[in-house]
Amino acid sequence: MKRRDFLIAGGAIGAALGLGAGAARATPAEVKEAILQLTGAAPVKTGRVTLDLPPLVENGNSVPLTIRVDSPMTVADHVKAVHVFVEKNPQPYVASFHLGPRAGRASVSTRIRLADSQTVVAVCEMSDGSFWSGSADSVVTLAACTESD
Amino acid sequence: MASALINVPSSARRGEIIQIKALISHVMETGYRRTSLGAVIARDILRLFVCSYNGQEVFRAQIHPAIAANPYFAFNTIATESGTLVFTWTGDNGFSATESVAIKVE
Repeated sequence: MKRRDFLIAGGAIGAALGLGAGAARATPAEVKEAILQLTGAAPVKTGRVTLDLPPLVENGNSVPLTIRVDSPMTVADHVKAVHVFVEKNPQPYVASFHLGPRAGRASVSTRIRLADSQTVVAVCEMSDGSFWSGSADSVVTLAACTESD
Repeated sequence: MASALINVPSSARRGEIIQIKALISHVMETGYRRTSLGAVIARDILRLFVCSYNGQEVFRAQIHPAIAANPYFAFNTIATESGTLVFTWTGDNGFSATESVAIKVE
């Protein structure tokens, strides 16, 4: 067996053992990087963003999440976007919500998947270019399945 | 065929902030699950949800596999004038669905 074939075979075995996409997890570092990509070099201040997430979740397949941002939502001062990240799902990204002054109230609700007990982070992009963030922790007893049926 | 549930107040006062709720039936297959034989189940998710009010976009959501099956969104908008709210979902495998709801503003 040539070296190249051996490496390919090794990779295949690794994947079969669940080291492939199925078991991959985002990390807090990846979340930081994803946020950095979004904000550029702009600082992210903590506050103004409230996450409404149940502290104890029975089923990670559908977890209600409401995000509220303290903003007057006027043409001069409004929320442009809210980006949601998680630390231990296969991907750090959850969703990006784009709002505007037409929203009237900066509040968005949805249902998300949580593959493990973890922190959910929301980063809010304001019309003046500033970034604010908030987070919430949740303990999940039955994780959203990332494995077999 | 996808079926959507949309909740918009049928009438509102001008300038009032109204809440809109939209839900569509969709598996949101993550692409991270495997069958019992170990084969990866191909990803099949919605990527984008847009709501426009008389042609002007008022809400847009870019979504990833971490959104639960049957994606649900609740958001707000200001009732400015009578007209139509158009909801569009687009996703993998050429998925596209559009619904519209009329609103009366006094």
